[in-house]
Amino acid sequence: MSTREKVGWGIGGLIIIIYCLFPVAWIISLSFKSSDDISNGQFLPTVFSGANYEQILVGDAAGLFLPALVNSFGICLIATFISCLLSMFAAYAIARLDFPGKKLILSTALAVAIFPVISIVTPLFNLWRQIGLYNTWPGLIIPYLSLTLPISIWTLSAFFREIPWEMEQAAQVDGATPWQAFRKVIVPLAAPGVFTTAIIAFFLAWNDFVYGISLTSTEAARPVPAALGLFSGASQFESPNGPIAAAAVIVTIPVVLLVLLFQRRIVAGLTNGAVKG
Amino acid sequence: MASIEMSHIVKQYGDGYPAVNDVSLDIADGEFMILVGPSGCGKSTLLRMIVGLEDITSGDMVIAGDRVNDKAPRDRNLSMVFQNYALYPHLSVYENIAFPLRLAKVPDSEVRKRVEEAASVLELQEHLERKPANLSGGQRQRVAMGRAIVRAADAFLFDEPLSNLDAKLRGQMRTEIARLQRRLGITTVYVTHDQTEAMTLGDRVCVLRKGVIQQVASPRELYEQPVNLFVAGFIGSPPMNFLPASVEGTSLSTPFGKVELGEERAEKVKGYDLLLVGIRPEYFEDASLVDEAKKPYGSTFTARVDVTEWLGDAQYAYIPYEAPAEIAEQLKQLSRELDSDQLRTQAVVSIDSTSRIREGHEAEFWLDTRKVHVFDPKTGENLTRDAEAGRKLTEMAAEDRIEQVERAKV
Repeated sequence: MSTREKVGWGIGGLIIIIYCLFPVAWIISLSFKSSDDISNGQFLPTVFSGANYEQILVGDAAGLFLPALVNSFGICLIATFISCLLSMFAAYAIARLDFPGKKLILSTALAVAIFPVISIVTPLFNLWRQIGLYNTWPGLIIPYLSLTLPISIWTLSAFFREIPWEMEQAAQVDGATPWQAFRKVIVPLAAPGVFTTAIIAFFLAWNDFVYGISLTSTEAARPVPAALGLFSGASQFESPNGPIAAAAVIVTIPVVLLVLLFQRRIVAGLTNGAVKG
Repeated sequence: MASIEMSHIVKQYGDGYPAVNDVSLDIADGEFMILVGPSGCGKSTLLRMIVGLEDITSGDMVIAGDRVNDKAPRDRNLSMVFQNYALYPHLSVYENIAFPLRLAKVPDSEVRKRVEEAASVLELQEHLERKPANLSGGQRQRVAMGRAIVRAADAFLFDEPLSNLDAKLRGQMRTEIARLQRRLGITTVYVTHDQTEAMTLGDRVCVLRKGVIQQVASPRELYEQPVNLFVAGFIGSPPMNFLPASVEGTSLSTPFGKVELGEERAEKVKGYDLLLVGIRPEYFEDASLVDEAKKPYGSTFTARVDVTEWLGDAQYAYIPYEAPAEIAEQLKQLSRELDSDQLRTQAVVSIDSTSRIREGHEAEFWLDTRKVHVFDPKTGENLTRDAEAGRKLTEMAAEDRIEQVERAKV
């Protein structure tokens, strides 16, 4: 690449980065503004104030925010774990076995994924009320599985397909049962795929708002995105934008941490050296 | 340690195509058997049926006296080296080799002992802690072999283990495999499409074509007494030359003059209009370099040399000839089936490297007529095959094997 091209690419990249990160920067700046500053139209706060954080962590909004944070973590982690486990078996079967209805499973998974959430949520609300799942953790975990499973199955089956058949056959010849071959050879090789899938599944569940607001009523199960919508200002004439921004920053932190943490595990090319070329 | 007996093995795929068709083959305990053939002949499928990775449609597979048709691979106690090695990338070399032992729940001290033993045989000691990704092709190949030998398996199965190595390494590993097999004295089945490997490694070689066994014999018998056109054309490099011929009394008339057959062989080819005579390149010689005493055993002819290739230790000359359309078509088909695509009908002639025969000139050649074979172009059958002589060659190979195994034991 010539210097001119490099500069061109650099400028282009910078524009895209600014465009993408500007709202994030705005929210961060907003979260540090005091309530007088909120609607002053400036990017930077006139004085940096931690009042918003104080309010949601120890102040009035803490009762709303902190249980929601616990709920979100618990529900999303459990949903991610279950969906990874189930999709691992499903994807393995889809990638390896030849059984009737394989295409049907994949296309059904896709159909579920594109089904609009908003259209199921009302019947689900009624059903959950009747069978006692309303406002409980399982009441959110189950719908979250419907969000996370399809994409998990699709990504994982792509990963499994990449693992050479011979690996498993070699294990079988070496004396492994199909289960041992799966556990000792396939799972370690698919680990990067499983981590990638887990992160995607976690994000999907973590970001959900519609289920969270519709299927919960108290802090027993209400997740963070729903709780944010219920923040109120100090008086009814004051908008709660500051605390919402602060809470948004806080809930973004685990997501960023998660990616940074697992980035090393999501290395492509773990299968290098398994087979020639 | 076990013999492998296959009787009437058939493998049919879903579309009804028989990849392996009625194969019956007995492999003796400790024997080195080669399965060879052009691509798509069913050799790998047959090997995978032995190890259990492929279902057997019909027939019996008997290993060490037990019918194993319905046994899972892990219950057959065989070890296999895959074409692409199939090493476990997440395990170190040590753990790769130890893998079968770990599955068998062998105690740690025993594992260490046996892995180190295998590593020292294969000279892998200094690589034990490395990951397969950091090894060279030859080292990976040796790790795959280590994994195979670490366990006291009944037989070794190799699926084109050297095809991914470069030529020099391939030669080294070939001798290494031969030495290892003799030393361990374990029944070995080896699939290859490389005929050098087939000829040098095998006690016996099984030539397959479209899922059907053509001939099972020692390399020498295959070379000197092939049963048909296919085997004759497949074994030998450069390949055997096939010339159109017609019978005239006790001799054949070919594009390269008369080939005297003698009473006995002439009797066998009587009554055919058109024949194919198969002559190996080394049966030819530059006539000026042939010993006078030898000359009467062959015939001489002159031909225009198209191209010569001088290799130092040998020299090849290419002589084009005219063939009737039907023969030319058949030869073309044969060469296609043998994975080569011969564009023109030409004979490859091996002459002494000191010969001064030059390209584009007429030259006089001598042809040893004693060893030529005559084939029926319609069926491909070798009409002049001496079954008795062939049997003797294979018996000799069997005796050699027994002697070598005995010596290895001492």
